[in-house]
Amino acid sequence: MSSNKKYWKSVEELNENSSVVETLQQKEFTEEIPVEDFLGDKESLGDSKTSRRDFLKYVGFSTAAASLAACEGPVVKSIPYVVQPERIVPGIANYYASTIADGFDFASVLVKTREGRPIKIENNDLSKFKGGVNARVHASVLSLYDTKRVKRPMIEGRNVSWEEFDREVKSKLENANGEIVLLTQTFASPSTTKLIQEFSEKFGNVRHVVYDTVSEDAALNAFEAKYGKRALPNYDFSKVKTVVGVGADFLADWQGGGFDAAYAKTRIPENGKMSRHIQFESNMSLTGANADKRVPLKPSQQKAVMSALRGYVAGGSSTSDLPSNIDDAVVKAASQLRKAGSGAVVVCGLPDDEAQKWALEINEALGSRVMDTSNARMIRQGSGGEVAQLVKDMNNGSVGALLIAGLNPVHTLPNGKEFTEGLKKVETVVDFSTRTDETTKLSKYVAATPHYLESWGDIQFSEKSFSLMQPTIRPLFDTRQFQDVILRWSGNNKSYYEYIKDTWSAGLGDRNWSEVLHDGVFEATSPVAATASTSSSKISYNVDEIEGDGFELSLYTNTAIGDGQQANNPWLQEMPDPLTRASWDNYLTVSKADAEALGLVNEHIANGGLNGSYVNISVGDAVVQNVPVYIMPGQAKGSVGLALGYGRKAGIQSEMQTGVNAYPLYKNFSSVQKVKIEKAAGMHEFACVQLHNTLMGRGDIIKETTLEVFNSKDAHVWNKTPEVSLDHQETPVTSPEVDIWESFDRSTGPHFNLSIDLNACTGCGACVIACHSENNVPVVGREEVRKSRDMHWLRIDRYFSSEESFTEDLEKKENIGGLGSSLSEFGELEQAADNPQVVFQPVMCQHCNHAPCETVCPVAATSHGRQGQNQMIYNRCVGTRYCANNCPYKVRRFNWFNYAQNDEFDYHMNNDLGRMVLNPDVTVRSRGVMEKCSMCIQKTQKTILDAKREGRTIKDGEFQTACSAACDKGAMVFGDVNNEDSKILEKKNDDRMYHLLEYVGTKPNVMYQTKVRNTTEA
Amino acid sequence: MKKVNFRHSTSRQLLLSVAFLFTFTLSGFSQAQAQDTTAQAEAGQEAAADAGGSSLGDPAAGKELFNSLCAACHKPYSNSIGPALHGVTERREMDWIHEWVKNSSALIASGDAQANEIYNEWNQTAMPAFPQLSNGDIDNILAYVEQPKPEPQAASAAAGGEAGTSGGAGGVSTNVILGILVFVLAILLVVLFLVNKTLRNFADASGIVIPEKPKRKPIHKAFVENQFLMLVSSIVVLLAVGYFAYGWLMQVGVDKGYQPIQPIHYSHRIHAGDNQIECKYCHSSARTSKHSGIPSLNVCMNCHKAIAEVAPETATEEYSKEFYDKEIQKLYDAAGWDPASRTYSGDEKPVKWVRIHNLPDFAYFNHSQHVSVAGIECQKCHGPIEEMEIVYQNAPLTMGWCINCHRETNIRIEGNEYYEKIHEELSKKYGVEELTAAQMGGLECGKCHY
Repeated sequence: MSSNKKYWKSVEELNENSSVVETLQQKEFTEEIPVEDFLGDKESLGDSKTSRRDFLKYVGFSTAAASLAACEGPVVKSIPYVVQPERIVPGIANYYASTIADGFDFASVLVKTREGRPIKIENNDLSKFKGGVNARVHASVLSLYDTKRVKRPMIEGRNVSWEEFDREVKSKLENANGEIVLLTQTFASPSTTKLIQEFSEKFGNVRHVVYDTVSEDAALNAFEAKYGKRALPNYDFSKVKTVVGVGADFLADWQGGGFDAAYAKTRIPENGKMSRHIQFESNMSLTGANADKRVPLKPSQQKAVMSALRGYVAGGSSTSDLPSNIDDAVVKAASQLRKAGSGAVVVCGLPDDEAQKWALEINEALGSRVMDTSNARMIRQGSGGEVAQLVKDMNNGSVGALLIAGLNPVHTLPNGKEFTEGLKKVETVVDFSTRTDETTKLSKYVAATPHYLESWGDIQFSEKSFSLMQPTIRPLFDTRQFQDVILRWSGNNKSYYEYIKDTWSAGLGDRNWSEVLHDGVFEATSPVAATASTSSSKISYNVDEIEGDGFELSLYTNTAIGDGQQANNPWLQEMPDPLTRASWDNYLTVSKADAEALGLVNEHIANGGLNGSYVNISVGDAVVQNVPVYIMPGQAKGSVGLALGYGRKAGIQSEMQTGVNAYPLYKNFSSVQKVKIEKAAGMHEFACVQLHNTLMGRGDIIKETTLEVFNSKDAHVWNKTPEVSLDHQETPVTSPEVDIWESFDRSTGPHFNLSIDLNACTGCGACVIACHSENNVPVVGREEVRKSRDMHWLRIDRYFSSEESFTEDLEKKENIGGLGSSLSEFGELEQAADNPQVVFQPVMCQHCNHAPCETVCPVAATSHGRQGQNQMIYNRCVGTRYCANNCPYKVRRFNWFNYAQNDEFDYHMNNDLGRMVLNPDVTVRSRGVMEKCSMCIQKTQKTILDAKREGRTIKDGEFQTACSAACDKGAMVFGDVNNEDSKILEKKNDDRMYHLLEYVGTKPNVMYQTKVRNTTEA
Repeated sequence: MKKVNFRHSTSRQLLLSVAFLFTFTLSGFSQAQAQDTTAQAEAGQEAAADAGGSSLGDPAAGKELFNSLCAACHKPYSNSIGPALHGVTERREMDWIHEWVKNSSALIASGDAQANEIYNEWNQTAMPAFPQLSNGDIDNILAYVEQPKPEPQAASAAAGGEAGTSGGAGGVSTNVILGILVFVLAILLVVLFLVNKTLRNFADASGIVIPEKPKRKPIHKAFVENQFLMLVSSIVVLLAVGYFAYGWLMQVGVDKGYQPIQPIHYSHRIHAGDNQIECKYCHSSARTSKHSGIPSLNVCMNCHKAIAEVAPETATEEYSKEFYDKEIQKLYDAAGWDPASRTYSGDEKPVKWVRIHNLPDFAYFNHSQHVSVAGIECQKCHGPIEEMEIVYQNAPLTMGWCINCHRETNIRIEGNEYYEKIHEELSKKYGVEELTAAQMGGLECGKCHY
């Protein structure tokens, strides 16, 4: 049947008189095609040297030439050493103990080097000062290969030699017209202290001002007032029975950090007992997320909590004007503290002298064995008052020379502008810096200093525990460390290395230098007397007296960027925040109620990205504009939070210039401020990797129970194995009868399993960076992360409860009946509660024994090994992505682009310097192939080969993956389940053990340990 | 730069071998001549040695002693760790020499001026005492070192060179002979043509009619008309093309026989073959690491500090002693070693070797696994390395080649505690006495690709 339909090209055709109709009847296009213009000119065509035939010949020739040339392999050159260093064997890694001490992060580390290049940071197990090797420390190896480092000394932007630099600056210092001021980070180094004393003696009028970018001034003041030394109390959280945190993010960077490993030890229920953790805080912090009970409240109320706690525990006024529910929580917390006795501790993070003093008093009154004041921490020594005084003096013109070391005060000082003005009045400004930053740009003299992996040092963590820093690579650039330069200027010809050795010549007791250097850590007393604090210029901190009205802002440092020193590190920029799961940004965290009141929104848009409103924040005259808003469950109403460390612009790659600078709001070095917030125009595009925040009552992903149930009920009540129907009988899915697959025989040789304890995991993210570093995981950038194309092999999922607790979520889901109720209640379950329970779950490839990915691969590029590893063969993969679609855990990552040597992804893999960090044992994947966690097969194979070569069996604990080795909390345990006395077998037989989505029947080799919460109220 | 053997077509190889054949037959004669010259030279040398032996002692016995006791530090004609010994009998008194050799330090301690002078000149390097040597022994050694420097070697090398040129002359004469042959053939053709023409003329003249052959169907037409033949032949042609195309494609990227020219002509034949140096003496990391490692130059200098030139016997027809000595000089240049002053200048020029065995990045191979654990000889993969003047890639290094070996090779379990339990269990499971690498899991993809 023919159709008489007429198809119109345009509405014009309806008009019969239109000229268009006429034209269209004759021609295809209404307009004239200018063919004649370029082909009609016979003359020019004739003149052309290249005819069409010639063109085809050229094309043909170049195609043929290219394809012929492709058949010939390239000539590869190999250049061996002329004189090979004795300890370097190509292909074998060397490990050196060293220490990071950048003024913010202090930790004893083990540095893995290959062919003389540091490629990975690991925990130093010998260190008694456990912990502190956080994500930033793991990533610090990449900062060594930062292209934006200061490469040589400069005078007024001109490259000079060290000789010239020394000569000029030394003469300037000798003729300084005014005081010489050293403005430095906390070095916590006895040798440096001694050195600065000598320098002061030589030049006379020298003042040393220590400045911590993120201040612990209030706590230092309180400790100094009570114990007479400027230090911080040490806490041994492994002795904790009950801990009450008041605004203290002690699992992160509070008072120098490094407490999380000890804390996690008490969180695993043993003999029916585990510690109890109560947290009072405003921002949802990592610590609050791990607490058994979390009470959200504003910072001003936190001080009242401290006061009340002191009243209840230590005597004094025992009334408070807190709301009744909070007061109730405080009363219960106090009684639990009393019950725990010497195992109790109260920690406080308020920038408030009084509150800090109370915390010390409460702990003394409790007789807490957790707090140790005899072995006080030395890793924060800054004084806000002295810094403020210095800025005044600079503007007065009484400072003749200013030497800045390890700091970026122009950017990080709240009164940075005033400081910049002051800098102009100082005749000689020398900046000792590894990075080109805001301060470097304004300094006349720039002394290029090496990274810590290229330096010597001795670090005093606490009064009795010390650590040594040693170089692991020859300096990449023409750099000299601060101490070496100061030594020279003081007229001492020794190198700093010899100087340290001299300092310790009598201080090591019965141990010798090489031994101590090998171990990296030692116990001693400092051979150098600390300089007594003489300054009277102190800031007194009081939360109640903070001026202004409006929202109470708590400034914090986040897991990835910290104080912002390593902001040019792509690993850290791309690391999702454990709580918000957003990367490449900082943002104002606002409670849901406040957001609604201010008209602020977070919305998911069609392409799957998260967008958020902008606000302008102001404290007095300081305004920070266009701050994106993230609506944070658990944020106390009336409070907001903002991370420091972002927003740097100078000496930082454009891709890494992320976020806003919050330091201008950090008035008087107080992390608590009262701010005005007003909505700004526009929407911010977040790069957030997790958009669904609740579990919807799915107890098969996270299994959770309370300590009470755990102790009193049988395992199958709180950790039930899913059942399937076999011949109309409910049968556990793990039993062999319901298995339709034939199983591999894995009884011979090692069979690897990984156990993840949800109780010990604090969500710190050290494993994420360790995995990046070990496995050459690429950085994809903010735009790609927003498209969910992040390449993390290991992600830490974070779930919020929708009701008060996950158990209630589960009940709510179970009780849903009928269509109407399911629609509304499932909708409700999507929303996180105002003060939700939080759980972290690291997820990587589960290495299923019945892997769904393996069966769908058309080219068998993913297959199973006898050792239990699901192997991914990149060179075989053709990129169908069937496997990723068939994976129930969504752990497979696809290389949408070449991430190495691609200008579109201008991160470390795109420059020679950055590529030095790559692990030579792991292939760098190219475009179009799938990749995923390999269970660090390169590490397990190495362990096996070492044993074979030495002709011995493998002991438990030798097998490690990058994540399990990085986890100093012991949350990740890796090993061979065929080894009968292995820890992993114990974990496998534990009552708490379950597999992710067990009912699917994939039989994973990764297992989880049920989360147990200690909900025991006093 | 890149030269790949075994890619030549058979015809080219055939052509080459014919050319070779010609060269050898023709140069054989001149070589015989050269040998004569060498023999004469040697005779001359021996005569000279005899002459020298008459005054001091037996140079043959002296040579033996010299090589076992003195050669570590002394050379006859050039300075080494100690001074050159040739001419020492003219410089010093015989008694003094005897005393010095037997106990040099005592002589120095006694305050002897000559002894102290030489001791200080040589940076106070003490010479060990040799009390076991009798005066006769010392005289024998002196007889050996006082032999005149054997010049004739150069003459023989020159003779070798001549042989080379005469070989070249052989090439010229081949051309002449070939030319003659061509000429003869051409004449034959002309003669045949002329004979044919004459015969026809005769036939014409005598009126004989040569019968015309009936015109046959041209063969290509017959072929085209026969459809079956057409079909069969096209299938054959297609199969043949397919076969060769596959073969050609499979060798793309397989560099078996790859034999690049290296910046320093290092002969494995001399080191591993003639001198029997264990491979892992230089490639020491093969025992412990994934890389066998190209030895650093300080390893070369361990021996070459003392060996500045090769022995005359080392030279071959292709490579003369001068050639090898020049290569050792290149090593000294690169290592910054000044053989005259016996010091390192510090001016190092790292050598850019051309890598022969190139595995792609996605394949993981570990030398120590094969060398230390499995105890496999290097030659198993690298071929007769001790015979190679220039190293070439012996194995194809394809995955199929790896896997075949893993299938065929039994794992070595003797004395290795690691394997004890695993081997026992697995061999029971597979019902075999000895397990192959494949049965141990050596075929799993992830063992080599990660």
